[in-house]
Amino acid sequence: MNVRGTKLSHDEFMNQVLSVDHYPEIKYAWATGIAISKFLEGLKEGKIYGVKCDDCNRVVCPPRMFCEECFSPMVEYVELPDTGTVNTFSLAYIRTDASRRKDPEIPAVIDIDGTTISPSGFLHLLDESIPHDQIKVGMKVKAVWKPPEERKGDITDIMYFTKMEEEA
Amino acid sequence: MEKVAIIGVGIEGFRPAIRELSYKEMVYKAAVKAYTDAKVNPREEVDTFISCEEDFSMGISIADEYAPDQLGAAQRTVHTITGDGIQGMAAAYMQIATGMFDIAVVESQSRVSDMLTPNQIQHFALDPIYARQFDATHHSIAGLEKRIYQSTYNIEEEAFAEVAVKNYNNAILNPYAAYGMKATRSDVLETDMVASPLREGEIAEHADGAVIVVMASEKVVKEKDVDPVWIKGISYATNSPNLETREWKTAKYAKLCANKAYKMAGITDPAGQIDFFEIDDTYAYKELQHLEGLGIFKEGEAAKALMNGQLARNGDTPVNVSGGVMGMGNAHDANGLQRIVEVVEQLRGIAGRRQLNDVKTGLAFSWRGVPTTAGALAILSKE
Amino acid sequence: MKNRKVGIVSVGMTKFMRRAKETPKELAYYSAKAALDDAGITRKDVDGVIIGSAPDAFDGVHQKHEYLTDGSGGFNLPAMRGYVGGGTGVFSPIQGWYSIASGMHDVVLVTTEEKMSSVLPSAQAAFNTIFDSMLERPLGPNLVWIFALEMKRYMETHGIPKEHIAAVSVKNKGNALDHPSAMLGMKLTIDDVMNSEVLAEPVHLLDISPVADGAVSFVMMSEEKIKEFGISLDDVAWVDGVGWNVDTTMWTNRDLYYPKYVEKAAKQAYNMAGQKDHSPETLRKWLSFAEPYDPFDYKELHHLEGLQLFPKGKAPEAAYEGVTARDGDFPVTPSGGLLGVGNPIAAAAGMKAAEVYLQLTGKAGKRQIPKDVTRGLAQAWGDLMQVGTVLILKGGRVE
Repeated sequence: MNVRGTKLSHDEFMNQVLSVDHYPEIKYAWATGIAISKFLEGLKEGKIYGVKCDDCNRVVCPPRMFCEECFSPMVEYVELPDTGTVNTFSLAYIRTDASRRKDPEIPAVIDIDGTTISPSGFLHLLDESIPHDQIKVGMKVKAVWKPPEERKGDITDIMYFTKMEEEA
Repeated sequence: MEKVAIIGVGIEGFRPAIRELSYKEMVYKAAVKAYTDAKVNPREEVDTFISCEEDFSMGISIADEYAPDQLGAAQRTVHTITGDGIQGMAAAYMQIATGMFDIAVVESQSRVSDMLTPNQIQHFALDPIYARQFDATHHSIAGLEKRIYQSTYNIEEEAFAEVAVKNYNNAILNPYAAYGMKATRSDVLETDMVASPLREGEIAEHADGAVIVVMASEKVVKEKDVDPVWIKGISYATNSPNLETREWKTAKYAKLCANKAYKMAGITDPAGQIDFFEIDDTYAYKELQHLEGLGIFKEGEAAKALMNGQLARNGDTPVNVSGGVMGMGNAHDANGLQRIVEVVEQLRGIAGRRQLNDVKTGLAFSWRGVPTTAGALAILSKE
Repeated sequence: MKNRKVGIVSVGMTKFMRRAKETPKELAYYSAKAALDDAGITRKDVDGVIIGSAPDAFDGVHQKHEYLTDGSGGFNLPAMRGYVGGGTGVFSPIQGWYSIASGMHDVVLVTTEEKMSSVLPSAQAAFNTIFDSMLERPLGPNLVWIFALEMKRYMETHGIPKEHIAAVSVKNKGNALDHPSAMLGMKLTIDDVMNSEVLAEPVHLLDISPVADGAVSFVMMSEEKIKEFGISLDDVAWVDGVGWNVDTTMWTNRDLYYPKYVEKAAKQAYNMAGQKDHSPETLRKWLSFAEPYDPFDYKELHHLEGLQLFPKGKAPEAAYEGVTARDGDFPVTPSGGLLGVGNPIAAAAGMKAAEVYLQLTGKAGKRQIPKDVTRGLAQAWGDLMQVGTVLILKGGRVE
């Protein structure tokens, strides 16, 4: 098969072929709506909200205005504890711009306590001071919040989740 | 061809801005209405879902990630069409016509209020190498086109103002319209020039809203107690993406769409066989140019018909009794489904004070706006 | 006219390149023209065009397919772009299928294209915008995270050793040495993969596929047109089954160890093809080989399980033992896959669908599977670990 195409080296690409550069100024302000507004307002108060479906009885987090399973409206908001379980995690050395970090960030899916399906929770970060060999799937964690005056109704109002001490 | 019907429609909006709901919640509300109308349970009965949207319109890369839940489509057969809702309907039509799918859902929405820089986003659709360096808005390209159209056929400026007047006034009777208003020709002619000869009053304002259309095979229509509107012809076509190689004075894409859809529907005399028209009028001149492209009038003659009152709600050839894109608000890729909802309501006889007498067949035509030359067309009938 | 028989009659593709000199349009033109030439037809014979391309942010153009229409042969024709993220490349020929099976079109030119090198400083910056704008983007996520999170969950659930997963990378990058479009064909050992740079544990550099520029096209026709053009059935692969499925957006409310949406898409395709027994042994006999989506090595395994070709948790061992080698009992990704040929998103999955065609028509050259092949499957995946697209083709003379 005859396959065509002109490969460029990095130097050719950056310095030797013509390019037209464009830096788009494109901005958005997404309305957060009913369910996510409730969730974000909760974070500002240091609370994690879930929502219960009256049809299928699932309690899920983050809240939504409708149940994706039975398509019924979801109106019963439930305050959940700010604790959960690590469902999965990674030690991530790559930033958004593809540059490298010396010490990894630790993204994880946190399965929030009090929900009725597993997992049910959200993406967040783990405490970078936890020794790496202690981080396990199934580890119990608790939210570490920003001080109330610094919270603004954003997912980053929780700074990260940290390991909970085992109960004796 | 297979017989395929619209069995339900749902609409949320249109309003200049819907800020109290997220885009998902807005679509959910429209979907619940459509499913109630069609008497279908989306979680069990719908075979295929099509969401029409563009990444940059949503501010999300791979926007289809966020499409399923609000349609009741999680873990179901879903895909996106990056096009107008009528193109999505064409995809649904084809899927049903294979015989493998019986019920299809088509969704499109507009959330211009989530965009802080809508003009820059549209500018980003221009060819990055040839066309984008000029700091001109997309409206200036429409200005170029209006000038060619106007000067070729020697059309008086009053005619373009009259398109806007007709459509803004028609929209007053439409509860789904964002921009119904009593306007006069001088009101329009006194608005600022945006890109001469195009004035602000000839450009449709943005609006937020969502439309869901439920389509079904003949088998489903026979089984269910629904009020079907049949799709007699459907088509979509593109002329040229390049400013240099496209047709300017006529809407070639409209002609290409019409050729195919009329053949499907057995239409040889569109002005005679079709009772009313819902036609893209994102810019006032486009309504006239599109009517000619669709063969409803000869080239350069739509303006005369308009000025004679023929395109009015009580005229012989009613065009945009909904208020059109100008009256309902420019909802981008939901514009086509705006047109469809009006045709469906008219044919079902539930258009309230907009209701036309004795209409059996209607045509909806959409255009994707500058800089595209992409159109989509559907011919609907009660029979 | 219901459900007309539809065949792929030719494919065309460009080289896959880290940085191409060609514009997106020019890449699309190369592959589209090659496919038309190979089919022995011209653009005048085409009555419909399908364009597949993933995020507009990569090519840096809003309404990207409008921009691509002329390069893809769509001037003055019905041109449509379907879009299911990374699943798009396999979905585009599925759209070709429904365009023709419906009776709406007879000859469809399908082009999948991606140019990722235009984004500066790197494509990763554009990938940030795939995340939820309200809850995830403020955390500064990147694409490797979600793969790492899914891979970790998969390994943890089944207790999979990393060596078994690394075997996929070794196999695919090795297979790619025989692919004329490939950018990363190489001979590797499992240790090379294991010891490569850590990106996001458990993902290492050699577990992943390289971003790329490229395009792949297909000509698809109805059975009537194939006869009319006098195309030999030796050059045809029939569409036997198709399926696609998208799971909930709420990926943090799903157990990532298993792709249920791939299972649903696969079963839809198997049922359409008349294959009602979905047990792995039966399916591995019924299909001669598979091209599952492999942007990361574990994904090939994850998908083989979703496709019901191996029981849950059992694909890694099979890969490690050579079952899925090109000359193994059940060849998987004989093309070299995304890992070896390269990953220009939509075009990469298009390349996998093209490989199924090339194998079934005996045109795979040095990559030809050394046994009779009658039926093959291509699958792609995308969005937020959410989409499965499945295309099953069978040989032109297979009943």
